[in-house]
Amino acid sequence: MSTPGSPVIGVLALQGDVREHLTALAAADAVARPVRRPEELAEVDGLVIPGGESTTISKLAHLFGLMEPLRERVRAGMPVYGTCAGLILLAEKILDPRSGQETVGGIDMIVRRNAFGRQNESFESAVAVTGVEGGPVEGVFIRAPWVESVGAGVEVLAEHKGHIVAVRQGAALATSFHPELTGDHRMHALFGDMVRTARSEGVRVGAP
Amino acid sequence: MSSTFSNSPQAPETGTARVKRGMAEQLKGGVIMDVVTPEQAKIAEDAGAVAVMALERVPADIRKDGGVARMSDPDMIEGIIEAVSIPVMAKSRIGHFVEAQVLQSLGVDYIDESEVLTPADEVNHSDKWAFTTPFVCGATNLGEALRRIAEGAAMIRSKGEAGTGNVVEAVRHLRQIKNEIARLRGFDNNELYAAAKELRAPYELVAEVARLGRLPVVLFSAGGVATPADAALMRQLGAEGVFVGSGIFKSGDPAKRAAAIVKATTFSDDPKIIADASRNLGEAMVGINCDTLPEAERYANRGW
Repeated sequence: MSTPGSPVIGVLALQGDVREHLTALAAADAVARPVRRPEELAEVDGLVIPGGESTTISKLAHLFGLMEPLRERVRAGMPVYGTCAGLILLAEKILDPRSGQETVGGIDMIVRRNAFGRQNESFESAVAVTGVEGGPVEGVFIRAPWVESVGAGVEVLAEHKGHIVAVRQGAALATSFHPELTGDHRMHALFGDMVRTARSEGVRVGAP
Repeated sequence: MSSTFSNSPQAPETGTARVKRGMAEQLKGGVIMDVVTPEQAKIAEDAGAVAVMALERVPADIRKDGGVARMSDPDMIEGIIEAVSIPVMAKSRIGHFVEAQVLQSLGVDYIDESEVLTPADEVNHSDKWAFTTPFVCGATNLGEALRRIAEGAAMIRSKGEAGTGNVVEAVRHLRQIKNEIARLRGFDNNELYAAAKELRAPYELVAEVARLGRLPVVLFSAGGVATPADAALMRQLGAEGVFVGSGIFKSGDPAKRAAAIVKATTFSDDPKIIADASRNLGEAMVGINCDTLPEAERYANRGW
């Protein structure tokens, strides 16, 4: 699959800010590549679901036969990181989903789309994230969702004004904000570490 | 800029360049569709559009009807905002900053300062830094794109020739922008000052483009896209996404054509998928040959 040191991390490239994630992952010492097809998904150690339009991404994932393979791999423990639209796609449940909007799931949470408002309310704010050292990260929130509630197995990593904006459950990580739009790659470094850990454990127990 | 909190680094800040440009980054790889009713907006959303452009008449009808084309009725724009959860854009006339103020107050997600409407000012475009709502502007070449970015545009699209169903002008504009960027890449620092003068654009932006090898904002294609293959062509020529105006709702089967253009935009490098998307779409919009279009009816000449 790849050399032992550098995990291969895919970015779901159906729509959204794919290039920014590829750049951020490369800066965090991962081998990054776009993923649009089931056979490309099979070749990565971890996956980023980028920012974009969650309705568009889920429609295209369904149309091109990616939804089921995505669910299977996430269920099997593939590390996955979703930003903004990606966070919505990792939710088990969306409040007021658009007709037929499906999610991949993976994090036991309920999310509210565009919860922080429309574009005029989009904002930047520093966010302190548990597990990320060196001070708060730069949070860029664009028509951003928040997490309305989480199940018992979900760790809340960050809040903004009392609303949950970063979570982790096992190998799944999600943020309402867009670290890929900043030069601060610490969230991607954290995810890179999660992928390395999962891979070394996979090797040890002989998982595929 | 628009923020009242800018003195406190901890307080949330709205309307920043990063938030405005970042919004356009989220639209990349997607299709933005012109719609004139809430029903059309829902069809567009169901087909996988990343955003809709709310307007009273599509460019093909503006062309046919003639007269002065203005900002749409606020009731109509609000009806569309209500109908969908995807971002909603709307058009102001070039230089008509009051129309833009009205659109901002309605809560649209992006303002298109558009040559498709009749210009309100033949010298000045709107000062787009003065707004919280981000702007997209049309351009036919690199200098024009950079002048719009200097005025605060957070996204650029080719002008093409809207309402013709003919992609030839969009191709010309996109190739022009890409070729001028490629040329800048080969320049040394001494040459960039003269290039800025020649492009009639700020030196700092010209130097940034030379360094990045692309615009500092997202570049879409617009004007004349009517088929899945048209959309894929624009993507392969370097557009990061496409606007489709009259091409969808002036065709025989809008829902099917809209979904087909979305697929071809995502898989623009896969001819098999484009072929499948192109099957049995019904009639495309009737096109206009741009070389028979009188000079006064060329929207791309509007703006400077």
